[in-house]
Amino acid sequence: MGDFLLTIPWAVVLILLPLVGAIACFLWPKKVNQLGLITLGGVFLSVVGLGAWLLENGVYHHAVGGWNAPLGIQLYADGLSLVMLGITALVGVAVSVYATAYFDRSQSERFWPLWLFLLTALNALFLSADIFNLYVTLELLGLSAVALVALGGGKAALNGAMRYLLASLLGSLLFLFGVALLYHTYGSLDLAMLSEQVESTPTVWMALGLMSAGLLLKTALFPLHFWLPPAHASAFSPISALLSALVVKASFYLLLRLWLEIFWPISGSVAGLFGVLGVMAILWGSLQALRQTRVKMLVAYSTVAQIGYLFLAFPLAMGAGVTAWNAVIYLAISHALAKAAMFMAAGNLLRFGGHDRIADLDQLAQRLPLTIAAFALAGVSFIGLPPSGGFIGKWLLLEAALMQGRWDLAVVMVLGGILAAMYIFKVLGYAFTEASKPSKVKTVPVRMEWAALLLASGAILLGFLAPLILPLLAIGTPFDAFSGNEEIMP
Amino acid sequence: MSIAILYALVGIGLFCLGVYALMIHAHLLRKILALNIMGSGVFMVLLALAGRTEITPDPVPAAMVITGIVVAVSATALALALMLKINAITGRAELNDAEEK
Amino acid sequence: MNWNDWLPLLLIASSLIPGLIIFGLAEQRVRLRTTLNLSGSVINLLLVGWMLWGVYHGQHFETRLPLLPGLDLVLRAGPLSLLFVTLSAVLWLLTTIYAIGYLEGSPHRSRFFGFFSLCVSATIGVAMSGNLITFLLFYELLTLATYPLIVHRGTEAARHAGKIYLRYTLIGGGLLMFATVWLYTLTGTLEFTPQGFLHALGDEHRPALVMIFILLIAGLGVKAALIPLHGWLPLAMIAPAPVSALLHAVAVVKAGAFGIVRVVYDVFGINFATDLGVTAPLAWLAAFTILYASMRALYQDDLKRRLAFSTISQVSYITLGVAIAGPMAAIGGVVHLVHQGLMKITLFFCAGNLAETLGIHKISEMDGVGQRMPWTMAAFTIGVFGMIGAPPTAGFITKWYLGMGALEAGQSWVIWVLVGSSLLNAAYFLPILHRVWFRKPPEHWPEERCFGRQETAWMLLLPPIVTALLALGVGLIAATAFSPLAWAKLIAEREGL
Repeated sequence: MGDFLLTIPWAVVLILLPLVGAIACFLWPKKVNQLGLITLGGVFLSVVGLGAWLLENGVYHHAVGGWNAPLGIQLYADGLSLVMLGITALVGVAVSVYATAYFDRSQSERFWPLWLFLLTALNALFLSADIFNLYVTLELLGLSAVALVALGGGKAALNGAMRYLLASLLGSLLFLFGVALLYHTYGSLDLAMLSEQVESTPTVWMALGLMSAGLLLKTALFPLHFWLPPAHASAFSPISALLSALVVKASFYLLLRLWLEIFWPISGSVAGLFGVLGVMAILWGSLQALRQTRVKMLVAYSTVAQIGYLFLAFPLAMGAGVTAWNAVIYLAISHALAKAAMFMAAGNLLRFGGHDRIADLDQLAQRLPLTIAAFALAGVSFIGLPPSGGFIGKWLLLEAALMQGRWDLAVVMVLGGILAAMYIFKVLGYAFTEASKPSKVKTVPVRMEWAALLLASGAILLGFLAPLILPLLAIGTPFDAFSGNEEIMP
Repeated sequence: MSIAILYALVGIGLFCLGVYALMIHAHLLRKILALNIMGSGVFMVLLALAGRTEITPDPVPAAMVITGIVVAVSATALALALMLKINAITGRAELNDAEEK
Repeated sequence: MNWNDWLPLLLIASSLIPGLIIFGLAEQRVRLRTTLNLSGSVINLLLVGWMLWGVYHGQHFETRLPLLPGLDLVLRAGPLSLLFVTLSAVLWLLTTIYAIGYLEGSPHRSRFFGFFSLCVSATIGVAMSGNLITFLLFYELLTLATYPLIVHRGTEAARHAGKIYLRYTLIGGGLLMFATVWLYTLTGTLEFTPQGFLHALGDEHRPALVMIFILLIAGLGVKAALIPLHGWLPLAMIAPAPVSALLHAVAVVKAGAFGIVRVVYDVFGINFATDLGVTAPLAWLAAFTILYASMRALYQDDLKRRLAFSTISQVSYITLGVAIAGPMAAIGGVVHLVHQGLMKITLFFCAGNLAETLGIHKISEMDGVGQRMPWTMAAFTIGVFGMIGAPPTAGFITKWYLGMGALEAGQSWVIWVLVGSSLLNAAYFLPILHRVWFRKPPEHWPEERCFGRQETAWMLLLPPIVTALLALGVGLIAATAFSPLAWAKLIAEREGL
């Protein structure tokens, strides 16, 4: 039985299952909730299956239809892919449960197919091994994400969606241009093949610039973040949760892969630039978050700030290798859990009071305790307070910075934490007080409250799981290429 | 100068033109067209580069371009639909930055 | 599998699990909540008793769980930890009884008791941390668990106080984390060891170590309310009386002071720290805090604010004792952890009784209150004499050891600080006693509540009387083998002072 399970091509299942689910949701709109949840359950189990396979056999390769590179499509999975797939499935399940209570009939008929397409794109992206396939998945991801934002239907949502679409298409085209240049130079699209051949030539430099710019735009790194707050804040809350938690991470993952596989030998000064932008993103995003008067906008700007942390790893990885990468992956997955939880909590507030004005949150700590608890726990992870996944990530990142005397970055990390605390507790403080003008309240379905709380607890729990997750991440040693200086690592 | 290089240069030119137009025009239709022109530029570069082997053209870029066109068509369709929606609600096919009260 | 490996974790669980269950309880389940609270604290006390016996006989209690590559979550019950744990366990039980009486009929009690238990768990965690990262973890958890208690009343003032509290403590926490990681990159270990783990480091690291020491003390000094990092404390008085009591006597302020003790003894090592030249400035800072805060206390009319400044002053005795760097002074400082806790909690309980029973908040309203509430005021009086340091109370023992220790270490200036502080203590406390006992009571109290034949509810009366008796008792039995003083001597011995 166990052997049989190990023979199933889990990676293919991970892509096909949500695709079939999405189509099924189109065909049987009456049953979307059930179909969707079954699909998500299947995806979750498939990730577990893939994980078991990886633990047994190491890196996973699969040539779709038996066609090998360069013509065929290659699927590839190592520890990094697995962790990203896992976090996607986890957040996906929680958001899906939340969505069954959040959307009404007609909304859910439109939501489910799009969300399952999005999931297909995400899974395919994390499993792809060649740069053109990555382009296609990236585009798929962008299109389904834009459509999801537009579901909101109001003026703000449509505007946000349009802006997002333009930014996203521009980003993909820049990326595609880079793909064309790389293919021209090396005649290959396969990441592994490229990584063996790449050298510092003007063409490669240009490809690096174009692809990085495209992905930075999609990842919304400062100053290319302009599209993110309107899109994420105006969408329906479960959709904001998906976008902030997963979609942004997908383009970051892609950038990380490109760097680890192709660009690392040639890119010292660019890494420094990424670091500077990361610092600016942390400071600017936090300050903007602090200025907001609406919960969802605040949460969206906090995403801008948190993305900044991810980019601090690039300059640090030169000297600290695996520690820095482990740190950002840990930050990324904690952020995924916590941010999804936080957007869901914001959705609960909106549903409850009909508004998300921070100053008018009316004694919610008492009236909506599970939601506020979810918000607080997620906040703890952003601030980087122990015990939480955010703390572990920040600890590792701080260690990487201080190990090589990057005081500037270390100070910014601590400062970013304090700023995060200020904006998180701005919301929490008002949750304890009475509002000047009470508003009419509606009940919030229990499922929505618990989905947020459980996800936020997951972010806290990550603080104790590092001994399990870090070895998982090391499967196939995705970061080995980068740690040219093994002497630092124990 | 070979035909391939000429194609490639024109492609790059189109791409730059598209970026420029995307930045300066406010009307959404123009922005969408600009993105399409950028796309065509990239496709031209890809096709031009397919000719770098002298005897038989490389089939992979052609495959990529066909896929790319499919993607571009769907993206354009989505963009146009969005634009129409915006136009229906605000009466103008432009991005509106004013905060919704 | 060995029981001793899990006992420290069990100890934390004994307060954490009731707390988590209480969060889920409906507001009106009073009896179940009370049962959970009390049984949690009784189990807690039993476990502590067992561990005290074990440690005295040389057993080891240590829980070790992996946290990060190369870093463990370590909970260890050494003599110093147990001193603090015992204090927390005893005072938690009493404060719980008090809080049940104090909050009777008020809203949001499940939330309150939930966070209250969480707060105690964090304090016990702080006490038992076996390395700096574990300490940091529980130290920050304490910050988080106390915030909802401070803003508990949900007023605009409470929210403001909470904001200021967080501003101080989170910045402090940030500095602490920075320093901890820095230390780790230098040494590769964070394990608390008697005599410290830094003396093996080369001379070239000395400037960095001084900097780390400053950062650590700044981070800890916020909670220990070292001047000028004390600004949050008087504001936090907005919280309900049991919270103030716990904050001042056990949880927050003590966690900071305890952290300073840990850093000086078990991270740097007292000899190395003295060698580095960092203890002398710390002693000066502590001395300044003692005197300045006493001065400020003189001018407060609000009873709880006066007590708050008195706390700032008294807690610095602990820091002073540690920084003087002699065995006698160390004993004085460490034992003050317990002594100050007992005395200060008595005073806060009494202040709470006045507010709850008669609506008295200001010292100017306390005329003749001794006739109305004799038992409460008797307890208050014992607490006051302890603070001043009159024999045979606990406060006297502390000051005696501090003074002797200072002379032994050749730092006679400390004597003057002690004398000055005692005089100031007398100056701001004795007038209160004069009012209470010798002035005529007014016709009406601001807001009187009637409790039948007793002066106030028994749940409010019992805890201060017990703590007052304890404060007196630990002074009287100081010479015996079961006193906190004897235990402090054991600590000094095991730390190799």
